[in-house]
Amino acid sequence: METLVADIWRSTPLVLLTLVGLIALLVEGSGKGRAAAVYWISLVGTIASFVLSFLSLNTEEAAFNDMILQGGYAAFFGMIFTASAFGTLILSRSYLRRLHTERGEFYVLIVFAAIGMMLMASAIDLIILFLGIEVMSICLYVLVGFLRTKLTANESALKYFLLGAFTTGFLLYGIALIYGTVGSTSFRAISAAFPAVSNQPLFLLGAAMLVIAFSFKVAAVPFHMWAPDVYEGAPTPITAFMSTGTKAAAFAAFVGVFLGAFQIAGSKLSEVIALAAAASMIIGNVVAISQSNLKRMLAYSSIAHAGYMLSGISAANREGETGILFYLATYTLMNLGAFGVLSWVEQKDDTKLTFDDYAGFSAQQPFLAALLSIFLFSLAGIPPFAGFFGKYYVFLAAVKADLTWLAIIGVLTSVVSVYYYLRLVMMMYFQPGGATVEEPPAQMAFIAVTCAAILVVLFGIYPSLIVDLTKEFLNI
Amino acid sequence: MLEHYLPIFMMILGGVLFGIVMVKLNEWLGPRRPTEEKLTTYESGMEPVRTARERFSVKFYMVAVLFILFDIEVVFMYPWAVAFRELGIIGFVSMTVFILILLIGLFYVWRKGALEWD
Repeated sequence: METLVADIWRSTPLVLLTLVGLIALLVEGSGKGRAAAVYWISLVGTIASFVLSFLSLNTEEAAFNDMILQGGYAAFFGMIFTASAFGTLILSRSYLRRLHTERGEFYVLIVFAAIGMMLMASAIDLIILFLGIEVMSICLYVLVGFLRTKLTANESALKYFLLGAFTTGFLLYGIALIYGTVGSTSFRAISAAFPAVSNQPLFLLGAAMLVIAFSFKVAAVPFHMWAPDVYEGAPTPITAFMSTGTKAAAFAAFVGVFLGAFQIAGSKLSEVIALAAAASMIIGNVVAISQSNLKRMLAYSSIAHAGYMLSGISAANREGETGILFYLATYTLMNLGAFGVLSWVEQKDDTKLTFDDYAGFSAQQPFLAALLSIFLFSLAGIPPFAGFFGKYYVFLAAVKADLTWLAIIGVLTSVVSVYYYLRLVMMMYFQPGGATVEEPPAQMAFIAVTCAAILVVLFGIYPSLIVDLTKEFLNI
Repeated sequence: MLEHYLPIFMMILGGVLFGIVMVKLNEWLGPRRPTEEKLTTYESGMEPVRTARERFSVKFYMVAVLFILFDIEVVFMYPWAVAFRELGIIGFVSMTVFILILLIGLFYVWRKGALEWD
């Protein structure tokens, strides 16, 4: 009994968010017109969980019979997930109210998806990892198709569900094969057995299945085909959530398994991941050029960003790990912000989402145009914004791991990406036109996006603010 | 290195062949004496009326989904009940939490009117 209480006490960020989600569900069920109450409860829950995660950064303890590891790594990712959920909740409110489809379930599902993500980051057992992925994915399937009278939303939800369910099969088969060779699903046991089994065909087959499953979840080439369609059809705040929180969660699991449970440095697995990274960077960036829809453009850009981060995994060193953590934290801020501004300009009928719709935006909305420009410059990786240091760290890690060719591809494709990011900036500032927002953004959403922009600049000037947080649990 | 993968290849081949061979064996060896009765759709002994390929209400899906959810709950309870003594107080508390979470779900489903047919 004492151990149970101690375990629950150790995992307060996770337990608290679960309780908040359940309370929100009770409130939603207790009567009509409770959406606002559910929204506030969810908002307070994510903030509280964020604070608790921050407080537990320096203590790392296993809980629940070595099933999850709380604090440190999990806490750092917990902060990313709760921040992403917080931003998504705020953006969703004004978005749903504008569409007259506000329902409490939307907010509850965002909270439950965040719980699944936190479970993924804290898992030190493949079964818990699987549980986390399912909790997150099932919530997302519903959220993507939430606007059920919209044809594109149905299409994207169905696509995401079918491909996601198929991927689950790969993941489970991979877990089964690894269990078959190692005899355990615990990361610790796999890590201990790794040198002995790392060349066994069955084990490699299992690991390859896991590469497929995780590559799908992070939207890396060649398992990226779903991303543009799903990102386009989903409600814009959910697109933001998927490209930030979900991506971070998938990377948390990817890093946890391939750098924690396996030691892939210099192995065949590392080469496979390096190839996926190179393909993601090239295809993501090149195809993004020809997109006219901004949500699709950002979807391809998110494929490219997955490629940059994958090069950190394939490097498999401390710099790579730090780089990915820094990259994910800042990428969450800039992508949430960019999608936030898009969701304000977007019309109810899914129009005003192309480059041309932003002509003259800076004249009508100078402040919003400046915010969007900051996010786009940061996504392009131009100093002094945070995106620059994210790329700098992962490419540095690749060079140190003798993967210089990967770093060269990364830098070259980053140059390509500047074209399509700055095309939007150019549209806003140098093209005549009367682009503006449909109605002024809600105050809270406006403040949140402004804060994200300030943080993007701040972390670009002082990257050590985040890097120092990661030092403690990465034992540098 | 590559020859180590031979057993896996053999397993895949064996799996595919097994599936094909068993189905085909049935077809070749089994006697076939079709009558009109035998060829009708099996409807648990009832006389089939009309075609089964028509649209039916989405309400059935709702019932089916809810049934699966609460059916799984009971599936978990059987092994728990069998090992109740060994699991002790921790098992009891864990199960209580599990049932409470499902009760919240049931409350939500009930209040949203998903349990009513109309």
